[in-house]
Amino acid sequence: MRVRIWGCRGSIAAPGASTKRYGGNTSCVEIRPASGEVVILDAGTGIRELGARLVEEGVRRIHLLLTHLHVDHLEGLGMFAPIYEDGTELHIWGPASPVASLEDRIATYFSPPLFPLTLAEVHARVDYHDASESEWAIDEARFSSHAILHPGPTVGYRVEEGGSVLAYLTDHEPALGADLRADAPEWISGFGIAQGADVLIHDCQYTRAEYESRVGWGHSSTEQVAAFATKADVGRLLLFHHDPMHVDEQLEVMRDEVRELWGVDPSRCELAAEGTELEL
Amino acid sequence: MSQEPVQRNLILILARQFAAQLATAVFLVDAEGTVIYYNEAAELLLGHRFIEGRGMTSGEWSAAFAPRHASGEHMPLEQLPIGVAIVEREPAHGAVTIRGADGVDRRIEATSFPLFAHTEDLVGAIAFFWEQQA
Repeated sequence: MRVRIWGCRGSIAAPGASTKRYGGNTSCVEIRPASGEVVILDAGTGIRELGARLVEEGVRRIHLLLTHLHVDHLEGLGMFAPIYEDGTELHIWGPASPVASLEDRIATYFSPPLFPLTLAEVHARVDYHDASESEWAIDEARFSSHAILHPGPTVGYRVEEGGSVLAYLTDHEPALGADLRADAPEWISGFGIAQGADVLIHDCQYTRAEYESRVGWGHSSTEQVAAFATKADVGRLLLFHHDPMHVDEQLEVMRDEVRELWGVDPSRCELAAEGTELEL
Repeated sequence: MSQEPVQRNLILILARQFAAQLATAVFLVDAEGTVIYYNEAAELLLGHRFIEGRGMTSGEWSAAFAPRHASGEHMPLEQLPIGVAIVEREPAHGAVTIRGADGVDRRIEATSFPLFAHTEDLVGAIAFFWEQQA
């Protein structure tokens, strides 16, 4: 499968000269399994440019996998050009809540007064799929989702194809009330998604010092992501969901700290950047 | 003893983390009634360390703690508050006499809840319990 990052900023878009190297768009990752189907992880602002590309390609069927419905993961959907094209088939996967369907939850954002249209008014045919705890396949690619630790219903995704595994845990605080180094894997949020993955895309929003005053906000520190990667025994780590207040140089200091804490070859730990492409 | 999964449901992970911080005794089982956690306060009342009790099936722990009514009559699993939570999928409260692994009889009160990840998705049950004062 091929993977491309279209947005890796957390919380709110942060364009500008100081964030240019890694990008200011919020979460969006494109996956192309061997079948050529289009799979997208999250609909942050990065999905706008991707959508324009997909229209040019004439793509008609798209699978959009949402980890959760916080605005930075959904705000690009209204500017996703394929939904205004006749004949587009959009499958949206994501977590329902205990009291509301995925469709109803998305409609909270995608409707007035927060957005001028509703999804019932777009040209695409939209199908909704509950991905709270699911396994499914798109041709030869197998997908699974599990609930993970982040405020509100949130899932991580695992994609497996041809013996390669991609794990996506973009908003994740596995160490809340836990000691990642001491706990057995069965008690670590996200472990089932990440275990043995060739590539893990993981939240790394905070420095250790910042995390002290942000416990319970649903994100990881450099120390935690290094401990999680060690525990899950992943091949490569792509640090993701960059804090909007962190400029490029700060991100590189955080990356260096994760590399040191993880204690592996530096090439195995990189910062996600808009335009990053991977072949698994 | 049952085989442990790669990763527990998030509801159980959160319940365990919560219980681990509480001074109140907490007993946590999976959807089959197998012991997956009890905290230090529970260890004191059960006379049994968690490391010794983890993985006990419902049949094993209900026999080990010899639950009884006040009359001394055996209380079957389905009448225990946590048994009701698993079998009937409903909250329950009650008093029961247990014999700890330390050989001491204790009269406890317990309140139990089924744990649903989604409306029909029972992932386990949790019991909060404390010793009745004479």
